Amino acid sequence: MNIISSFLLSFLAGIALIVIAWAGALTNLQGLFGVVLPYIAITTFVAGVVYRVLNWAQSPVPFRIPTTCGQEKSFPWIKANCIENPSSTLGVVIRMAFEVLTFRSLFRGTTVELRGGPKLDYRSTKWLWMAALGFHYSFLMIFFRHFRFFTEPIPALVHLAENMDSFFEVTVPALYISDGLLMACVTYLLIRRVIIPQVRYISLPADYFPLFLILAIGTTGILMRYILKVDVVSIKELAMGLVTFHPAVPKGIGSLFYIHLFLVCVLIIYFPFSKLVHLGGVFLSPTRNLANNNRQVRHVNPWNYPVKVHTYAEYEDDFREKMIEAGLPVEKELSDEKE
Amino acid sequence: MTGSPNWYEIIMTGIAERLDKYRSFKLFLDICVRWGACADKCHFYIGSGDPKNMPVLRAELLRSIYRRDFTTAGKLFGKFAGGRKLTPLIIKEWFYYFYQCTECRRCSVFCPYGIDTAEITIMARELLNLIGCQIDWIITPVANCYQTGNHLGIQPHAFKEILDFLLDDIETNTGVKMEPTFNRKGAEILFLTPSGDVFADPGIYTAMGYMILFHYLDLDYTWSTYASEGGNFGFFTSHEMMKRLNSKMYAEAKRLGVKWILGGECGHMWRVINQYMGTMNEPADFLEVPKSPITGTVFDNASQIKMVHIAQFTADLIKNNKLNLDKSRNDYLKVTWHDSCNTSRGMGFLEEPRYVLKNVVNNFYEMPPNTIREQTFCCGSGSGLNAGENMDIRLRGGLPRANAVKHVHDKHGVNCLGCICAIDRAVLTASMDFWVPGVRVAGLHELVANALVLEGENERTTNLRGEEIADLMEENEE
Repeated sequence: MNIISSFLLSFLAGIALIVIAWAGALTNLQGLFGVVLPYIAITTFVAGVVYRVLNWAQSPVPFRIPTTCGQEKSFPWIKANCIENPSSTLGVVIRMAFEVLTFRSLFRGTTVELRGGPKLDYRSTKWLWMAALGFHYSFLMIFFRHFRFFTEPIPALVHLAENMDSFFEVTVPALYISDGLLMACVTYLLIRRVIIPQVRYISLPADYFPLFLILAIGTTGILMRYILKVDVVSIKELAMGLVTFHPAVPKGIGSLFYIHLFLVCVLIIYFPFSKLVHLGGVFLSPTRNLANNNRQVRHVNPWNYPVKVHTYAEYEDDFREKMIEAGLPVEKELSDEKE
Repeated sequence: MTGSPNWYEIIMTGIAERLDKYRSFKLFLDICVRWGACADKCHFYIGSGDPKNMPVLRAELLRSIYRRDFTTAGKLFGKFAGGRKLTPLIIKEWFYYFYQCTECRRCSVFCPYGIDTAEITIMARELLNLIGCQIDWIITPVANCYQTGNHLGIQPHAFKEILDFLLDDIETNTGVKMEPTFNRKGAEILFLTPSGDVFADPGIYTAMGYMILFHYLDLDYTWSTYASEGGNFGFFTSHEMMKRLNSKMYAEAKRLGVKWILGGECGHMWRVINQYMGTMNEPADFLEVPKSPITGTVFDNASQIKMVHIAQFTADLIKNNKLNLDKSRNDYLKVTWHDSCNTSRGMGFLEEPRYVLKNVVNNFYEMPPNTIREQTFCCGSGSGLNAGENMDIRLRGGLPRANAVKHVHDKHGVNCLGCICAIDRAVLTASMDFWVPGVRVAGLHELVANALVLEGENERTTNLRGEEIADLMEENEE
């Protein structure tokens, strides 16, 4: 698929979703969009992710194949890198923590340019790392802040997050840093896909679509909070109804909210069946979550099976005469063979 | 595709079977987000500019087939979900690009999920094998190795003869006569090294280096003609073939009744030993935990598989002042160090060889940090691509490594590229001759042996290559 069709297709899919939600809100299908769909989405998400993880876990890890990124454990007088090349479970846990929480491997990022000569020029690039980190953490923050709709009384931690997030206190209501950061990072990731030729070449509709979807979710969310101001009290009523399993649809929530909610539902339904499920997969990655201790601790392959080998006896049968002539020791003499 | 009329079913069943057997395969096909962090990390991509050499796209060549036939999204949306139908053309594409990946795992260092293209390439090659697509330079060595014991099919008597030639050369250049043993029962140590060290220039000088060191130590060791190959091209064929070839190591150690195994300088050999051997074979209970007979050091980190890397063995000797070394004999060399992919990213064997190197040469310069240690670049010819007929691909793939060498060559006058890999020794010479003329390739133990002061040695006016050291020194000063 080329860039135009991939990009357009995903964009149009995003627009279509917005239209569907809008139409739903206008045609009084609030019950479907506000109650039924969120339940379906959550169920699909949980079942889907559990299925995916179990499905991966079902396949064994026959060999211990960590990618070692530092000095191995050797002599006591050689300093081992116990995190990038862990030899213990603790090391693995720390390595995984760095990987999951700080995107350690992405941090190594370099770009290479071929200059005249030919000369290769490497430069450290942290843009992708920064955007990825900014995107994931602002997403997490926004996700967490939304608990104020699902909890009564609102936990202090959520309040704290809100206060930290609106630290700068610009605009009314106060601008959340995470809102701006999320939109900026997603926009960067999208532009990057289109601008950088290598990344454009590998991009599929499945790469643009989640970006458009998240952009749309962010945009509707921002519109609701800062510009069009929806009825937050009613929305909380709806949200509380959902989590307490007494769903009710309060009157007077604008269609914008239903568009936002619908897009979120689509995202979480889409999640387990798409590349977004990397969230769960990273924990299972055999090149990261295993210790490099093969030479000390035996790793067992559950489906290991005997194979046909060429034994020494067969080998000696092939070459006995030549071996004797060359003065190489043999197990059976030529005379034994004739018997 | 005339060979197997049901090739399509064979491949599809092959994929399904491997998905069930390898979590790495299933996971790596699923979780790539195509951010392209790996894109310009592959030496073949850097050297060729061919987008299908970007690791992410190389994997997509197989992933797209998987997606269409094995995933919900692919079944529903087909090519809109990035799926492709397997066609003979795609088999050719696989053959072209999966034999343009050297399984060096550099991309896996940069991937935030640790997706390892080597795993994908290994599976793709297994699949291609199922329908009889393989390259001669891999299957012939595999067949030779299985039947005769080593890649070139050197028969036992010839193997001994070749080493005898090397011993003659050692005597000429050092004045010391040595008599190693072969297939000797009751030796303390079985020594295994890639056969490339035995027959290919400049690997032979490394082999001489081993024998000189062992002679100096009066080590109770034996060569084996049955297991005369440390390397394992089976690894480039299939997991099963790897096991079939690897089994000889323990079988021979058991037959000869040695206490432990010492392994020579080799890259993929050590990846197999470090990450696969202990798992593939029954526990090696018939061996003892390796202990250096010279220093008494116990090699704890090999307590289970009972095999020690010679660079670690030698590092221990130097640390304990057991070697009389005259570094200045290597003064005509300005050395830089090439970390082999497999020992770096499949083991983390970085400091041991450097420690040895710094103790045997005076002039050592590191290449830029982006090109060494865990970020080291492949020689461009690994995983069975080291034949002359692949020269074009090899030189492209060799560009990033060669370019880093050129950097230190221009800056410091580096004229020697040290390494601990038999394939490196066999192929980097061609790469250097093309990209950075004037740089020689030397194994670590060649440099060790040149610096090692032997009892009863001659003036040592020549190095192991038979070159006059005085001439080389002079040449260097000019």
